[in-house]
Amino acid sequence: MGFSDALLYSLAGMLVVFFALVLLMVIIKVMIAVGDRRQKQTAPTPAEALEPAAAPAPVPAPGSAGELKLYDTDPRTAAMLMAIVADELQLPLNELRFLSIREVKENDPT
Amino acid sequence: MSILETLSRLGQTSGFYMLLSDWRQIVMILLACVLLYLGLVKKFEPLLLIGIAFGMLLTNLPGSHMYHPELWDAYIAGRLRLTDIVHDGGLLDILYIGVKSGLYPSLIFMGVGAMTDFGPLIANPKSLLLGAAAQLGIFAAFLMAIGVFGFDPNVAASIGIIGGADGPTAIWLTSKLAPDYLAPIAIAAYSYMALIPLIQPPVMRLLTTKEERETKMEQLRPVSKTQKVLFPIIVTIFVCLLLPSVAPLLGCLMLGNLFKECGLTDRLSDTVQNALMNIVTIFLSTSVGATAVYYRFLTPQTLFIIVLGLIAFELATVGGLLLGKLMYKLSGGKINPLIGSAGVSAVPMAARVSQKEGQRANPSNFLLMHAMGPNVAGVIGSAVAAGFLLAVFGG
Repeated sequence: MGFSDALLYSLAGMLVVFFALVLLMVIIKVMIAVGDRRQKQTAPTPAEALEPAAAPAPVPAPGSAGELKLYDTDPRTAAMLMAIVADELQLPLNELRFLSIREVKENDPT
Repeated sequence: MSILETLSRLGQTSGFYMLLSDWRQIVMILLACVLLYLGLVKKFEPLLLIGIAFGMLLTNLPGSHMYHPELWDAYIAGRLRLTDIVHDGGLLDILYIGVKSGLYPSLIFMGVGAMTDFGPLIANPKSLLLGAAAQLGIFAAFLMAIGVFGFDPNVAASIGIIGGADGPTAIWLTSKLAPDYLAPIAIAAYSYMALIPLIQPPVMRLLTTKEERETKMEQLRPVSKTQKVLFPIIVTIFVCLLLPSVAPLLGCLMLGNLFKECGLTDRLSDTVQNALMNIVTIFLSTSVGATAVYYRFLTPQTLFIIVLGLIAFELATVGGLLLGKLMYKLSGGKINPLIGSAGVSAVPMAARVSQKEGQRANPSNFLLMHAMGPNVAGVIGSAVAAGFLLAVFGG
């Protein structure tokens, strides 16, 4: 195979990779749009939203920014991690917002 | 027969005597010990490198008869069947059947899928573009392997796939296109993956400005469980229909991910992540190492492969970074180009390098989850590239 043929194959290869992943990107965007639309349809109407709730929602503690989600992490480790991050950033803990903490698996052979 | 004749014959059949017949065997044993040192002491991808190095050691011990490349040559030429290899082969020949059939890389991919969270990719689908751009290394190395080093196209394709920074994909493609080069390609792929924290940062700093590296990215949108469950099914259908040759790898990757995300098969997910993955890793690494037989490994081509592998890794990083820079400009400075380098696969090492470099420029920068998107997109991208190369050069 000559250099020009190899160049053509390389360009074709890059095109195929881009085409496949752009196609995936479009499909994921459609999937997200459909999901959001369905969520909007099932959301309460303004009239329903005005009705008083059966029970008041729990009020977050002062300084809190909602619930922290933990995945494969115990609360003790999460507390230590948050303290370390606050220390590294030199910021008080109540000025930081943690949404979730997830353990990254180490034994991935790729 | 006298006792002296018996002792003499015993001496001549010993491995020590046979070792002297060819100095290259000694070199390979030393090389295996160096790789063992790198795996055991320097902790370079120890899960794979220790097995590969030990397989290399076993196959180069004269008289051990654990692996017979000539049997596999006869199999490829159609003169032998697999049953003949099972009958006449050694232990490592039997284990190698799983490599040759593509079984082990596919099962490893199933485990990788069960370990991978595609959430960051679903949250930011543009990450897929960075995963695609980082495949530049594969095709640039392929081009150089043909144009500069004069390799055959099938070998050049196998060398190029090192740039995908994905061990199972490299082994899967090479075992089909250029089995004679399996050992150097696998060793180069895993060695460079272990060296990513050294290989990537200089290129990342060279190609990006401090201002770009300091860019803080917005929080990713939440991803619902339904989207995570639908993702592997949709990817399998569309990508495997587009490129059927990639189905064994991508299908297994997505099946493993479906086990993880559906929430109904925790036992299966646990098995493929741990027990199955560990068993297959043992078989895969030792049998791949066994293909490094001295008279096939110690050639100038091995050196060329090592050089081209490094070039492929660097160019893959460049590809991801350049598109990252373009996205930085087009987004008005909202995308940090450093996440582009994570498109080279090597999950999660490449994403960690992006995070580290981003935090080095701006200590309040957290790029890890943003970099995980291109990182897992790179796994899909390199599998698609492998599927393309197999479809074109697989005969």
